[in-house]
Amino acid sequence: MQTKRTIFSNRALPIALIAPQLVITLIFFIWPALQAIRSSFEREDPFGLRTSFVWFQNYTRLFADPTYLSAFGRTLLFATAVTVLAMAFALVLAAAVSRVMRSANAYTTLLVWPYAVAPVVAGILWWFMFNPSIGILPYVLGQFGITWNHRTSGTDAMVLVVIAATWKQISYNFLFFLAGLQSIPNALSEAAAIDGAGPFKRFFTIVLPLLSPTTFFLLIINVNYAMFDTFGIIDGTTSGGPNQATNILVYKVYADGFLGLNIGSSAAQSVILMLIVIALVFVQFRFVERRVQY
Amino acid sequence: MVENRPLLNIATHLVLIIGVAIVVFPVYVAFIASTQAPGTFFRGVTPLLPGPAMIENYTTMLTDGMSTSGAPPLWLMLVNSTWMAVIVTVGKISISILSAYAIVYFRFPLRALCFWIVFVTLMLPVEVRIIPTFAVVSNLGLLNSYLGLTLPLIASATATFLFRQFFLTVPDELTEAARVDGAGPVKFFIDILLPLSRTNIAALSVIMFIYGWVQYLWPLLVTTDSRYYTVVMGIKRMAAYADQQPQWNLVMAAVILAMLPPVLIVIFMQRLFVKGLVETEK
Repeated sequence: MQTKRTIFSNRALPIALIAPQLVITLIFFIWPALQAIRSSFEREDPFGLRTSFVWFQNYTRLFADPTYLSAFGRTLLFATAVTVLAMAFALVLAAAVSRVMRSANAYTTLLVWPYAVAPVVAGILWWFMFNPSIGILPYVLGQFGITWNHRTSGTDAMVLVVIAATWKQISYNFLFFLAGLQSIPNALSEAAAIDGAGPFKRFFTIVLPLLSPTTFFLLIINVNYAMFDTFGIIDGTTSGGPNQATNILVYKVYADGFLGLNIGSSAAQSVILMLIVIALVFVQFRFVERRVQY
Repeated sequence: MVENRPLLNIATHLVLIIGVAIVVFPVYVAFIASTQAPGTFFRGVTPLLPGPAMIENYTTMLTDGMSTSGAPPLWLMLVNSTWMAVIVTVGKISISILSAYAIVYFRFPLRALCFWIVFVTLMLPVEVRIIPTFAVVSNLGLLNSYLGLTLPLIASATATFLFRQFFLTVPDELTEAARVDGAGPVKFFIDILLPLSRTNIAALSVIMFIYGWVQYLWPLLVTTDSRYYTVVMGIKRMAAYADQQPQWNLVMAAVILAMLPPVLIVIFMQRLFVKGLVETEK
């Protein structure tokens, strides 16, 4: 690991400097994670008096449980929808902003602030817009003969949380796409223009491939966001309902463990989620900005 | 711009205006709702033009709150949120700049291991270790306290990496010169490294403040006493209540007030915000 050529030779000082970070990490991150792993192999009796070691039973039960498997599929669908929509929308806006000169800053300001909106607040904003009795959007949809009710229709509820999660993430993707676009040398586009390529051809054959490191990075970040940071959106709006239709994995851990008090199963779910995060972080640090580099 | 295409320019602006409209519309609707008189939301559709009761609604929320939903007045929750965000920001930046300094400028036993332990925090978001973390905080007696709200959140791998990256670009000659002049590690850190890190600290503060402000799950778990509610989690309670008793004018006033501080920070410190965001994620 890299250090400086010139270093200080104290022994105790560096330990004291890094200690606060280490202590907090050990107490609030590593210890709880180990506890989660331990209780994922245990079962508690209904009164919480005794626990017994049950090997992989919590895991095998989970994977035999249709509600868990469908939550898995639902999370996949949700994450894919949010990632694709938020990235596509942001890319179009970033490409547009990078074309305008004078007003670029004004548009950027108007587009980036949702980053600072809490997920739960984003959820409530859209929950209100889609409110079946007084909301503006069901009213508009009604004019087209579409009935909207996310309280009874699982599909409507899913569409609602996807829209809210996408809306919140556009600003983030937009900033990274914009930074990526601005780092592509103009000379390349100019050369292609001289060769007779129009703006759209240039975008798809030159700009988009050169943007692939950013795209790949955002892909990982967005999947991570959709899987874990959207807890507030779900809890603020549908609470996983109606009839489990929006119960994604991260919400299920909370609902089963904290509300349902099924500690063993919830711990096993936590461990599975940890493995997913570890895989995502691994992919991010191992491959991003190395493989897709021109 | 490579060539001049008037039609495409118009289309570009059109796309941007539609994009901005989609992004702004939900907040516009919320703001309009927050200006309506009580009783507007019993039937019909949400109005799209401001109502007469803006000042009453905001004053009611700030001073009394929606007592029926069991949430305290909004000013108290705003103060709590501010405290939480500020403590998280200061805490995260202090402990990460110190640990980055230790990792870059010293050699000590188990340095690589320490680095990896810090790195691991990236892989364990609160959401996946809810129950055991709650148990730890509860055993330490930190439920319903600012310490319990903030302490578990202030370990930061990203901030540590950012400072480490930055320290590695600081020329070695500076350290050598400082040592020749007889400066020890503490003096070097305070008089040279800290001033050099000013911009990074500022940029990171913006990101961390937002991070602290928008926390939801953690405050929800560790606060049962309404004196410690933060505004972001308090809103959820009011919104759930508004579904039965449509006081959306009040709920939306709370929503606007809860969004305002971090959104204003992003708008007025845009350059620092963008710098902080783009650099922490690299």
